[in-house]
Amino acid sequence: MTDATTNTTIQAAEGEARFGDYIQLLKPRVMSLVVFTALVGLLVAPVAVSPMVGFTAILFIALGAGASGALNMWYDADIDGVMRRTAKRPVPAGKVSAGEALSLGLWLSAISVAMLGLATNWYAAGLLAFTIFFYAVVYTIWLKRLTPQNIVIGGAAGAFPPMVGWVAATGSVSLEAILMFGLIFMWTPPHFWALALFMKSDYHEAKVPMLTVTHGRAETRRQILIYTVLLVPVALGLGFTAVAGPVYLAAAIVLNAIFLKGAWDIWRRAEAVAEADAYAVEKRFFRFSLYYLFLHFGALLADAGLRSWGMA
Amino acid sequence: MPITQTHELHKRRFGRNLGVALSLVGFAAIVFGLTVAKIREGASMEAFDHTPRVSITPPVETKQ
Repeated sequence: MTDATTNTTIQAAEGEARFGDYIQLLKPRVMSLVVFTALVGLLVAPVAVSPMVGFTAILFIALGAGASGALNMWYDADIDGVMRRTAKRPVPAGKVSAGEALSLGLWLSAISVAMLGLATNWYAAGLLAFTIFFYAVVYTIWLKRLTPQNIVIGGAAGAFPPMVGWVAATGSVSLEAILMFGLIFMWTPPHFWALALFMKSDYHEAKVPMLTVTHGRAETRRQILIYTVLLVPVALGLGFTAVAGPVYLAAAIVLNAIFLKGAWDIWRRAEAVAEADAYAVEKRFFRFSLYYLFLHFGALLADAGLRSWGMA
Repeated sequence: MPITQTHELHKRRFGRNLGVALSLVGFAAIVFGLTVAKIREGASMEAFDHTPRVSITPPVETKQ
């Protein structure tokens, strides 16, 4: 009797969600990227925003991104459970029910949009609402399991935060905001397809139509190069707008040359060679892609700093 | 069981409850801070309860 009671207690404790599990539903790693890019979008805008309003705007843009993450985990629980990379997420791990994830996602969506509207303007709030809708409905529910271009579509959702940050400050969309959007949008396919090349079994087992599965690995390598070539003019073009300066332009030239070389190397590689060295080039390209985005937005911030100190 | 006694459930869920409590306190602090910031910026301070709103009240013509 005593043993049975003890076991039940332990099982309940193990299966019960902790606060951290609800945080995991919000995809904190994705949120950190959203915080950074939205912050840059807000700070490089030519309109001064009071620190408290700026802090609130960034917080609720991040929370909105987190809400869409929870909605994604609600809908994708079945395939998350199949893939090694996502099997330990709270819903497939049985710590949080799918209904709870849905409820959290919907409530946080409403709160984040309302609070961003009250803190800044309703144009920014509308754009945040559209971003959540785009990621949760257009990408997750509709197109992710339908087309191998799913990564391109999902990339659009990830590209909105700097634009939302910009609109929160200025109240309108401009060329600079569109190019910041374009930078993340064009960067996402090579970034994720490089990951798909060395995590091949996961997507295949989950039956997600990843480009590597539907069109083959050689075509994926070709698409990585195509999107990287298309990314370069967007990244350099941003360097000639009012938000950029010498730091950004210098960084963009170097980073894009390295990225282009990496994409070229991936395209030239035969699958057998890649397998032989455990996808060393693809893994290096994927790691560099993280620095690539971080340094581009970091350079924009550096130029904004130089301008505010009257040095550029 | 007397209500004053702490149940095992309370201990188990302490972290979760603390997280929710801190989130709510944080949210209240943000709303307060935002209100102060907006007022300092000189944002519209029309009252919505029991007082006429200037922006929707029709202008009254005064007779000379």
